[in-house]
Amino acid sequence: MGKFTKKRGKSSPAISTASLPDIIFMLLFFFMVVTVLRTGETKVDVITPYATELTKLEEKSLVNYLYIGKPKDKFRDTYGTKPRLQLGDKFATVSEIPLFLEQHRVKIPEAKRPKITSSLKVDGKVTMGIISDVKTQLRKSGQYKVNYSAKQVPRQ
Amino acid sequence: MARKRSRMTNEINAGSMADIAFLLLIFFLVATQIVEDKGILVKLPPWSDEEPDIAKLKKRNVFSVLVNANNQLLVRGEPTRIDDLRERAKDFIMNPAKREDLAEAPDVAIISLKNDRGTAYKTYLEVYNELKGAYNELWNDESMARYGEAYSNDLDYAKRKAIQKKIPLVLSEAEPTAFGEENQ
Repeated sequence: MGKFTKKRGKSSPAISTASLPDIIFMLLFFFMVVTVLRTGETKVDVITPYATELTKLEEKSLVNYLYIGKPKDKFRDTYGTKPRLQLGDKFATVSEIPLFLEQHRVKIPEAKRPKITSSLKVDGKVTMGIISDVKTQLRKSGQYKVNYSAKQVPRQ
Repeated sequence: MARKRSRMTNEINAGSMADIAFLLLIFFLVATQIVEDKGILVKLPPWSDEEPDIAKLKKRNVFSVLVNANNQLLVRGEPTRIDDLRERAKDFIMNPAKREDLAEAPDVAIISLKNDRGTAYKTYLEVYNELKGAYNELWNDESMARYGEAYSNDLDYAKRKAIQKKIPLVLSEAEPTAFGEENQ
């Protein structure tokens, strides 16, 4: 008992927290750099399927996203339950794709335009009908680089 | 005068700095999405009004894959499971046994994929994945045999081109049929 009280009496000085802000700032800068602010919500439910032969999309500014899936619950009254296409942050029809691509294309420097990729984020349960229509429209608009978004199959 | 200045050198309390940084940190934590976008990269063919005529090609060089609205596969006229597709495709392309009914050479082999408007996207992507996987495995084997390196994007561009010239990926997609129920 005596031993304990003796130790407690010699308690160590408080740990300096002066470096705490530095650590926090380091974390802060990390997150600031990796952050891509969300560009609008998705209005359709998309659960992409699994695949193994995946390619990683490198430059995010060169990618435009096309979502296809069933409208989320809160939009069902207005838009029904059939799978729909979403461009940017609103529902769209297939005929609006060329304009959407053009709006994205003008923001990219000319030298990089051939590298523009369209990422199709499609729900696994959607049937191929609407996807073929979208693909046909992409081909007609001269957008040939397409990425079927998928998740890596988890390894056993 | 000097005395006054020395009094001014009182330290500013930096204790709240951490709080401010925390606040910003939490904002960025919430706003961040570290989702890397991965997927199967495809190059679509330019649009033309007439369909490419597969019938002109020699029958033995075409590996036809049909997927119906019930997500069943018909490979060269035989019902097949998706699990067997990769092996069959590899066998067809390389034709190691020099069979009469399989491709003459890897560079004339063509894969023809046709689906229905009622086919589920999941199945379509699985089939596409298997076909692409077959080519990836063949490229890898070829790369190992030639250069002793695995085939990947880090491989020299010229080497990759050489391999792809020997085993080119030619995948022709026909207009889908419209027998099945769409979007049930």
